[in-house]
Amino acid sequence: MGKDKGHLVITDDPNDDIAIRVEGVYKSFRLPHNKQSSLKGSLINLVSRGDRTFETQEVLNDVTFGIKKGEFFGIVGRNGSGKSTLLKMLAGIYAPSTGKIITNGSLTPFIELGVGFNPELTGRENVYMNGALLGFSESEVFEMYDDIVSFAEIERFMDQKLKNYSSGMQVRLAFSIAIRAKSDILLIDEVLAVGDAAFQQKCYAYFDKLKEENRTIVLVTHDMSAVNRFCDRALLIENGKIKAIGKPSKVSNQYTLDNIEAPSKRNDTSRLRLNNGVKKLDIELRKPAYKQSENLVFDIKYELDNANPIDFGISILSQNLSIIEQNTKGIEIDTTPHKELTLTFTIPLRMLNAGQYRIDVAAFDRPSFSLQAFHVDAATLYIKQNGDVRGGILNEVGTWAQK
Amino acid sequence: MGIVKRVNSKKNRALLLQLVKTDFKLRYQGSVVGYLWSLLRPLFMFLILYVVFTTVFPLGRGVPHYPVYLFVGIILWNFFAEMTQQSLGSIVGRGDLIRKIRIPRWMVVFSTSLNALINLGLNLVVLMVFMALNHVAPLATLLWLPLIVIEVYIFGLGISFFLAALFVKYRDIQYVWELILQAGFYLTPILYPLTRIENPTFQKILFMNPMAQAIQDARYALVSHDNAIVTIWRAFDGGWYALFPFAVVIALFCVGITYFRNQQNSFAENL
Repeated sequence: MGKDKGHLVITDDPNDDIAIRVEGVYKSFRLPHNKQSSLKGSLINLVSRGDRTFETQEVLNDVTFGIKKGEFFGIVGRNGSGKSTLLKMLAGIYAPSTGKIITNGSLTPFIELGVGFNPELTGRENVYMNGALLGFSESEVFEMYDDIVSFAEIERFMDQKLKNYSSGMQVRLAFSIAIRAKSDILLIDEVLAVGDAAFQQKCYAYFDKLKEENRTIVLVTHDMSAVNRFCDRALLIENGKIKAIGKPSKVSNQYTLDNIEAPSKRNDTSRLRLNNGVKKLDIELRKPAYKQSENLVFDIKYELDNANPIDFGISILSQNLSIIEQNTKGIEIDTTPHKELTLTFTIPLRMLNAGQYRIDVAAFDRPSFSLQAFHVDAATLYIKQNGDVRGGILNEVGTWAQK
Repeated sequence: MGIVKRVNSKKNRALLLQLVKTDFKLRYQGSVVGYLWSLLRPLFMFLILYVVFTTVFPLGRGVPHYPVYLFVGIILWNFFAEMTQQSLGSIVGRGDLIRKIRIPRWMVVFSTSLNALINLGLNLVVLMVFMALNHVAPLATLLWLPLIVIEVYIFGLGISFFLAALFVKYRDIQYVWELILQAGFYLTPILYPLTRIENPTFQKILFMNPMAQAIQDARYALVSHDNAIVTIWRAFDGGWYALFPFAVVIALFCVGITYFRNQQNSFAENL
């Protein structure tokens, strides 16, 4: 039945300064094409084994790393990269397929806020239940009950059923209990994704406190600013493998860069219309992303059927609004037919703000200026932030003066 | 297995207490008489069966204190049926916990079984009142009762662990188990006295079922030592085969626990 051979070892060794050790961990899920959760399906499959089809999805592939006691450790990666699976394995919720995970010390996972909350119970009853899930006895919860309630700011509602709470109240209550956790190791998954700005501030304050207390934290997040601000080390995971591990700045930069690179590879909105003797019309960017201080340099690759004189025009657009348009009027253009030719265009980017832009390219008949070929969205241009974030498309235009 | 040690850890005890409390509170959520239902259900079932089997089909003739006799059978069977049925869905029902926190899996099934045990305790109180009303003279063998309850509990617990793990993968088990319980209710001598089955081989076959043995022993211990109450010792005349039901209990318990332990690591993925 595809039994998992890997295992999780839970120890509590104060002399070992490693909190979590992950050694050669693989994890794969078997995904049946038509999930057989009925006996009939299984019986049919027992008879005709050949028909049973399932995919094995490799989620983690030979992952090895360690987290020291007292470390604030970030795990980042795109959706589906395997980071949440990794966290669930650290938490002992999933078992590794092969390999070994050792956790040293008491551990509490926060995969979600308010796990075990029951809408049919009152706020008070839920506090006791949740407290027990964090390992507190009734008398311990009783002692901190008032603090929990006042921190959540819902004193008046504690004897009402949870189903009558707003989602904000539920989150506040859950968070207020969660931060009582006394475990040596805390695993936190995207808790920050819920809640408003004020709530995020509370979370950040809690993280600061945890850092002061020298607790071991594993934080799974998409938020690079949180990684840079809190983490001592971070891990970037891609397609189930460790892509980078080490300084948070290094890891978060790698993550940001990866996210910029990825979409430019698939230009689904690209549309090319060729006629009247133009056989190819493309744009090749020299780099996937540019800084504002750089010059944008790209090549127009074209191939012609005949030697008739021709002109090119490019347009740089932001959200379908053309910002820059240039054409080759009055410039010598090579029109040797049946040969791939290159025309290079250079423009400084300092006037543009960071963001994503679209580049269109067109070819025109020289004297008549009639359209010969048109490539919409031939390339996507990414301009990276330099310093502060500014609004608007154009960068630093105009000067101020006061009388 | 160290299960005793694990139950005794402070953390686990607190969690177990809360799980049992929550189940208890949620069981009759929104009903007017609430927990009274767990007493009313077996009482009404008893009343119906009593009327049918004393007036329409007078099966109980010749059995001393037939109403009490019937009631003992019903509450023990109900305990077994309720415990296994509720445990069956317990892992799936607590899926949110299993998928998101590190909670000992066995605790979910265990807490459900404890709730059934609490229910049984309440029903036994009612039984004692009922016995007094029926002028059943208390017997010294009353002291056997805890042992019999423990036997039924262990039997039910083994099956509960097995079913709870199986239900994660195969949702039909719920209906299959319902049918088995239906059949079991009639295969177990709950309504009819065993003296009605005259073929001694059939009697012995029926006694292979631990529930039959436990219910007959409980009747013997509580109601009367009259020969009309056939126990497994009487049926087998002291032969060693009489230990067979206990072997079944232990074997099923081991199978259930082993299967559960083998499956528990993949609960979170399969839910």
